[in-house]
Amino acid sequence: MPEAEIVLRLDRISKRFGALKANDAVSLTLRRGEVVALLGENGAGKTTLMNVLFGHYLADAGTIEVFGQPLAPGNPRAALAAGVGMVHQHFALAGNLTVLENIRLGTERLWARGVGAAREKVERLSRDFGLSVHPDARVGRLSVGERQRVEILKALYRDARILILDEPTAVLTPQEAEALFATLRRATGLGLSVIFISHKLHEVMAIADRCVVLRHGRVVGAVDTHATDRGALAALMVGGELSLPRAEARAAGAVLMRVDGVSTPDRGAVPGLKAVTLDLRAGQITGLAGVSGNGQAALAEIIGGLARPASGRLTLRDRPVRDWSPGIALAQGIARIPEDRHHQGTIGDFDLTENAVLETYRSRFSRRGWMNWRAARRFAEAIIKGYDVRCPGPETRIRLLSGGNMQKLILGRALAGGSIREAPEIILANQPVRGLDVGAIAYVQSQLIAARDRGTAVLLISEDLDEIMGLSDIIHVMSQGRLSPGFARGTMTAPELGLWMAGQKFESAHAA
Amino acid sequence: MRLEPVANPSTARRLGLPALAIAATMVVAMGLALLAGASPLATLGQIAVGALGSKLAILETLNRATPLIFTGLAVAVAFRAKLWNIGAEAQLYAGAIVTVLLGTGALGGPLVLPVSALVAMLAGAALLLGPVLLKTRLGVDEVVTTLLLNFIMLLFVSYLLEGPMKDPMGMGWPKSQALIPEARLPRIVDGLRLHWGFALAILAAIGVWVIQTRTALGFEIRAVGQSPEAARFAGMPVNAVLVKTALLSGGLAALAGWSEVAGLKGLLSQDLSPGFGYTGIIVAMLALLHPLGVVVTAVFVAGIFVGSDAMSRAAGVPTYIADMLTAVALLCMVLAILLTKVRVVRG
Ligand SMILES: Nc1ncnc2c1ncn2[C@@H]1O[C@H](COP(=O)(O)OP(=O)(O)OP(=O)(O)O)[C@@H](O)[C@H]1O
Ligand SMILES: [Mg+2]
Repeated sequence: MPEAEIVLRLDRISKRFGALKANDAVSLTLRRGEVVALLGENGAGKTTLMNVLFGHYLADAGTIEVFGQPLAPGNPRAALAAGVGMVHQHFALAGNLTVLENIRLGTERLWARGVGAAREKVERLSRDFGLSVHPDARVGRLSVGERQRVEILKALYRDARILILDEPTAVLTPQEAEALFATLRRATGLGLSVIFISHKLHEVMAIADRCVVLRHGRVVGAVDTHATDRGALAALMVGGELSLPRAEARAAGAVLMRVDGVSTPDRGAVPGLKAVTLDLRAGQITGLAGVSGNGQAALAEIIGGLARPASGRLTLRDRPVRDWSPGIALAQGIARIPEDRHHQGTIGDFDLTENAVLETYRSRFSRRGWMNWRAARRFAEAIIKGYDVRCPGPETRIRLLSGGNMQKLILGRALAGGSIREAPEIILANQPVRGLDVGAIAYVQSQLIAARDRGTAVLLISEDLDEIMGLSDIIHVMSQGRLSPGFARGTMTAPELGLWMAGQKFESAHAA
Repeated sequence: MRLEPVANPSTARRLGLPALAIAATMVVAMGLALLAGASPLATLGQIAVGALGSKLAILETLNRATPLIFTGLAVAVAFRAKLWNIGAEAQLYAGAIVTVLLGTGALGGPLVLPVSALVAMLAGAALLLGPVLLKTRLGVDEVVTTLLLNFIMLLFVSYLLEGPMKDPMGMGWPKSQALIPEARLPRIVDGLRLHWGFALAILAAIGVWVIQTRTALGFEIRAVGQSPEAARFAGMPVNAVLVKTALLSGGLAALAGWSEVAGLKGLLSQDLSPGFGYTGIIVAMLALLHPLGVVVTAVFVAGIFVGSDAMSRAAGVPTYIADMLTAVALLCMVLAILLTKVRVVRG
């Protein structure tokens, strides 16, 4: 096959933030119809590079050519006009407008004529690319996967020939991810080119033609996907061999927390809990598998203190829980790793120090109401060092951190203990490795195992079956708000769990 | 034309734009003077001289700044927590009423002043407690409730001054009895009109700054203002923090009334405050809610008012030019602050 024309050429792009070299002479080319995966650890500089390409950031050095023409730096309009479309990980859609309005927003005046033509174009695009969404649906009502389709449609509507997708699958269910890949295959078939950022190597192997690997802002490797494998890619990313930790079986201790026949009301399309009973035991990792949106959020809210059960009860060390709030949960030694790190886990405009002490400022970092900021800063520095949080320093506003690094700070905070007690007794880990690189995943998982071995009860909520099966001592599956019985380590296969996740086994268990 | 965020605003941008805003305010001032039929440059000069041209003028400006510092702080504290207290005017009057009740013979001796200050603060705090409880319990918008309380309070004051608190010797004017001498704030320097309320206002600003930056409560207030969801998740008692913020804010606003009555007027009348509560919002916004900045912007706004008074006497230009100027200054500043964060691009 003759090589297709080069549609995008990044040449020796450099970008600094203070003392930190986020991009260091990065070069990259993209050909017509090609999917290039951009890989690298958290904080390696992937998002920064894409922001430079799209004109959100001005590079300190380097040039960009799109379809052979130099691209004006620092101007998203120019990038759009040149045919570059970007789908950010955090969607920028207006929830109270319809899909069609969102797509036209910023391109055309909403009151201009030609709505009919626009609708036709959107419908044609969604047919051609297999992006099914209703043009008149309100975006606020759509699922994450549907919103992402709107973002892609928006880029296509603006005649993007080059699509940039920054961790598009981090928030998708496996089925939604499959649908996305089908769309991308059609797109490349039609001559579009794609830059795809992901930490999930199996996805990269499935969809990408080539991989470019960044480490500490530099390109450390560029390989053809068919000439490599997951292990080799992971090694390139972290600069060494790496294996995911697997927990050895271990005897569990006493029940620390019992969720006892808890039910909650349905919330719109999201089912509430249906008489869920679950024990969290000391020294045990309880895995909760299931497609998200099946009641996991409600369960996490109850355990974390954000909500109370509508019926049923919660017991903590054999005592029924009466007063229940996040503060009490923390004081009782329950550490939480929230699913939504941007809205729940951190305050974007606070610096790392302030975010590090968000939960413990009263118990550990103040005396009689006076803050001890020096101690707080030392604590933040310890987390930064201990958990390898890549950042310019503890006074950086946390929203400037890469997603993975943000998660590491939350993890460090949680594992250091939410209460006056030194270490937490119960850890509620809701999608703890979402958006993390392989090295960080291995690290987080080994920390959870280590906590278990110290006698902590861990509840691991995850959509990733490999993760659940690798770590959990006992596995439950959640589907439509119902909880399956617990399966001991090694007694279940992935396909069997899949049947439970799809809800089929619940029926047959009921019938039996 | 559209707006586009600026990732890292340069120093030139951050300092230059506010300076430009002040320049723009001056240009508008000159335009207004021209419309009023006066010489633009002379008008500006007269405002400046009137505000800062003599020792007397400077002291007058500082006197006028005193209640604005208190109300500005009240607003700054509340807005930090995204508690929209628009009712500093009412809280100011609550403080003033208490000061008169306690200072016209009910109490005597050296304790009158501190006691009246304390009780005034309690009164102001109590007045904001209702709206904040309605907000936390029932989700009632505090903008509406605090704003309405301003009107209720003004009517209440005129009832008091026509009825129970009317000075029998007042020749029928709606004003209260005068404070006893012990209940009055002394002047900082004998013979000059500036009273200790100004010094206390500066102390209050420093106090608020210390609370915001050094205490756990200040941390909570900032966190709740930035993200109630994250604050709640982190175990902060969000509603309790809002109530504490309200108490602090209401108390500070009440001190404005206390210091005006005890330091300057010596009695309660209906014109005690020419809208200090509302101007406090402008003062706080101009200061970007920074408590020490409030001192600076309060003096700036007070200077415009005092200077415009003097100018209108000299040039025959109406005094409400001062209101327009502060409004224009605020608009220009808000625009300047916006433009440090986003830039306008064509296309
Ligand atoms: N505006 C900014 N100011 C200061 N530092 C920044 C800024 N944006 C990014 N950084 C830092 O630059 C580095 C690269 O960040 P970037 O977001 O590009 O990483 P990434 O490769 O996308 O990581 P992840 O996989 O976690 O998303 C990080 O250390 C980050 O903290
Ligand atoms: Mg990124």
